[in-house]
Amino acid sequence: MEIPYAVHPRPDTGIYNAKVGIWLFLASEVMLFGALFSAYVLLRVGAPAGEWPHGWLNVTLGTINTLVLATSAITTLMAWVACKTRQFGKFKFFHACTLLLALTFLCVKAYEYHDKWIHYEIHLTDGRIADGHLRASDADSVTIEGRYVTDETQLYDLRAQKDIKTGEIKIPRAQIKQMENYGPWHNTYLALYFTLTGLHALHILGGSIVIGYLWGPGRKLWKTDPEHFTNRVEVSGLFWHFVDLVWIFLFPVLYLT
Amino acid sequence: MSELKTAEPAHAPFAGEPGAHEHPVDFNSYLRRCVYVFIAVVCAVSLMLVASYLPHFGWPAKVAMILAIACTNAFVVAGFLMHLISEKKMIYTLLAFTVFFFTGLMGLTVWAMQDFPAGTTH
Amino acid sequence: METLVHEFPPYRGHQKAHEPGGHGHHEDIGFGRKYIFSTDHKIIGIQYGFTALCFMLFGFFLMLLMRWQIAHPGSPVPVMGPLLAKVLGQPAANGVISPELYNSFGAMHGTIMVFLAIVPLAFAAFGNYVVPLMIGAPDMAFPRVNMASYQAYVLGGIVMLVSFFIPGGAAQAGWTSYSPLATSIPTEGQLFWIIGMVLLITSSLLGAVNFIATIIQLRAPGMTWMRLPFFVWAQFVTAFLLLLAFPPLEAAAVMQLMDNALHTSFFLPTGLAVGGQLAHISGGGSPLLWQHLFWFLGHPEVYVLILPAMGIVCEIIANNTRKPIWGYKSLVYSVLAIGFLSFIVWAHHMYLTGMGTKISAFFQATTMIISIPSVIILTCLFISLWGGSIRFNTPMLFALAFLPMFGIGGLTGLPLGFNASDVYLHDTYYVIAHFHYVVAPGTIFALFAGIYYWFPKMTGRKMNEFWGRVHFWGSLVFMNLVFMPMFAQGIKGMLRRMADGGANYSAARVPDAIGALPGTIMELHSWILWAAMALGIAQIPFILNLFWSINHGERVGDNPWHATTLEWQAPTPPPHGNFAEPPRIHRGPYEYSVPGHAADFTPQNEPDQPGTPALSPAH
Repeated sequence: MEIPYAVHPRPDTGIYNAKVGIWLFLASEVMLFGALFSAYVLLRVGAPAGEWPHGWLNVTLGTINTLVLATSAITTLMAWVACKTRQFGKFKFFHACTLLLALTFLCVKAYEYHDKWIHYEIHLTDGRIADGHLRASDADSVTIEGRYVTDETQLYDLRAQKDIKTGEIKIPRAQIKQMENYGPWHNTYLALYFTLTGLHALHILGGSIVIGYLWGPGRKLWKTDPEHFTNRVEVSGLFWHFVDLVWIFLFPVLYLT
Repeated sequence: MSELKTAEPAHAPFAGEPGAHEHPVDFNSYLRRCVYVFIAVVCAVSLMLVASYLPHFGWPAKVAMILAIACTNAFVVAGFLMHLISEKKMIYTLLAFTVFFFTGLMGLTVWAMQDFPAGTTH
Repeated sequence: METLVHEFPPYRGHQKAHEPGGHGHHEDIGFGRKYIFSTDHKIIGIQYGFTALCFMLFGFFLMLLMRWQIAHPGSPVPVMGPLLAKVLGQPAANGVISPELYNSFGAMHGTIMVFLAIVPLAFAAFGNYVVPLMIGAPDMAFPRVNMASYQAYVLGGIVMLVSFFIPGGAAQAGWTSYSPLATSIPTEGQLFWIIGMVLLITSSLLGAVNFIATIIQLRAPGMTWMRLPFFVWAQFVTAFLLLLAFPPLEAAAVMQLMDNALHTSFFLPTGLAVGGQLAHISGGGSPLLWQHLFWFLGHPEVYVLILPAMGIVCEIIANNTRKPIWGYKSLVYSVLAIGFLSFIVWAHHMYLTGMGTKISAFFQATTMIISIPSVIILTCLFISLWGGSIRFNTPMLFALAFLPMFGIGGLTGLPLGFNASDVYLHDTYYVIAHFHYVVAPGTIFALFAGIYYWFPKMTGRKMNEFWGRVHFWGSLVFMNLVFMPMFAQGIKGMLRRMADGGANYSAARVPDAIGALPGTIMELHSWILWAAMALGIAQIPFILNLFWSINHGERVGDNPWHATTLEWQAPTPPPHGNFAEPPRIHRGPYEYSVPGHAADFTPQNEPDQPGTPALSPAH
């Protein structure tokens, strides 16, 4: 029993089934990320003035990731073109590039997450706040590379502060009232950052697995039905481009504003 | 949805016939197009970076500028890399509804949080 | 024109769709691939149906336990009490339902009935079985995705059921899971609820993609959009509602999961105090954000509950009046309008959250506007009865009862849609009566109608007509006895979700309080409990009838109801691939009593020349 229009397009709609399916799925993904962006807008607009972080993320790394994903979008499209023109060797090359670029993106993301993970805000008993990256810790004391501030609001807008001087600070544990790292629990901006980029990274991972499957074990279909295989490459490519589109909005919203 | 009403095809094939609807694909012209798109993306990213560091604007203006550039960037990627420019009407209709509902979700929610009876919050 | 009738379950016969005439070579794919891990839409539809009916029964039992507690607060539950105490431990100590246990029963009754029973039955079960047959397709567009969606549904259901047995029990914060309560309850039940919901949402999304792609791409030659049976249109719009409305809830569920597990503050405001102490959270969140994201799904969800039911009723009314449906085009445009408008009415569930007058007026306006297409649909169905030769079989009885029952449910929604009157009625039993009228004697009646109607296509046998009528009258009478008094209770001020049934606010306890609940209202609890138990007993004939008729019901041919739609032109039960060759459609779906034709019905695929025998699929 064969499902019609699985490979060749239906005449009146002009599309094959999987393409309808993937665009429908992408529409639902627009609503998913749209809801998260709406949450971002709402929580940011509702935050008290001066209490929204700026400049907490490394713009250079973000820009690198943006260009990495843009390149991978190109290689994804070219992989499909190679299939369409029946040049399987070029397909293998381009999708190998796509997978490497995806890995690069995830590694940069992992580094950024780690950077936040070891970034601590320490409230001392004398009212000061120490803020910086954890360098060493033992039973008696905690050493961070950072600075002292008198008020938490000074930690929010890093863009407005020029030449922040940091040094090595050793703090005895007895003086520590409260110590918390820059995880999603730290404030709503970080909660949104981790959720948005985490969900996005999961989509990168999922897309990589699908493309990896087509590049590897799935390539058997090329020999028996190249048109069907090409459609699969196109459909997974559409998903990948969508993930790139989400990042095109994530990057400016989280890193630049 | 009336756009989806289709004329009865003369001999509607059940199992699809090889598509006569696709244009031939030329590898090198696609590669060239991809390079142009990539350059456009790099330009858009640079513009956003510049816009975010402009000294004389407040955040609302900067956010508006950056989002406008991001939208243009998105249209370029969607239009050319996802072939949305040459896609069928049905897909456009679906996406139009999606955009409308997304705008409703974001717009109405933000409006609801901003519109409250006077004197009820401190 | 009797065609070979096959045994139920399918595949016992030896016909394959693409080998007409002979006994096909039937490759043996094993019991597992045939019935458990099947990709055939009919098997998946039956799987969904059976699982959903089990969940519906379970949800019904939860309700009975709650109604006992409401009528006899603090008393041990008879018969079930010792079992509850043994299984659940402390929350049901001595067989008494504690307030926490009551709350978890309430939350899970709602969740199970909406997400595990009605939607899978109305949308997935009926849709999966009937829609491909009705459009002349061999299967759904993505059969393996179909199987995955069923499996995600089962997994989600298992997670929800397991949550009853973990320490602390199941979720307690209502089916709406409002923050900060949902995060403040110190047990894992809410986490299980969220994980279950994510699985169920995944299942629905996969199903929605499948339905829409199938209806767009796999219509048989000649099956144009305006020749589709209304049931298919209803399922099409329902699928769009699920596709676009569920993801924001999924996003919100992820955020609430982060709040619960990772102590973020998406929905937790600054200065939140729990148990008298400031909570150790970052603050800055918004409880209203959860409500907006929840109800953005929540409102389209209720249309997901009703639209397939309207579709089923339309099919059955056309068939049993032996005349075309009045206003087919109005029905189609109305269902499209309902689908579109349902996305912009959601905050009528939030009138009491402190929204301003402008935004409230907006949502009130859209809520009033959406009632128009709903009334148009109901009116078309009513007018369709005029001048018909009505056959009062069991499916038709349920379909006819749907009309006034849904009418009551819909009309009682109007005072809730108006901001001003909702200020009084919000969160009272009036709301419970309203939505149960729409779903219980509304949708569920339509689903019963559908089961009786399509049973002969699945099995080749009819369900017993006498017991069907017993089931019908029992259900109709007792549904009304259960829910009608609740309108009175709500108007008198009885609030929802009170574990003691309002005893705390009753005139018996506080005689001098203004607006205390009078004795007459409190006494209704006992009547409602009896009516609910009788309603349960009225379902027994149905359950027995269903199983007994599979092997002992009256044998019938391919088209016992003499219906026009395509599923009745397929063999019984339809084999893998449904039709021997793709049917060719020549006319609309409701060509009954066409002047000049010998029979009082003309199937959609019958060729145009009169006198030519209908091309039925190969024997």
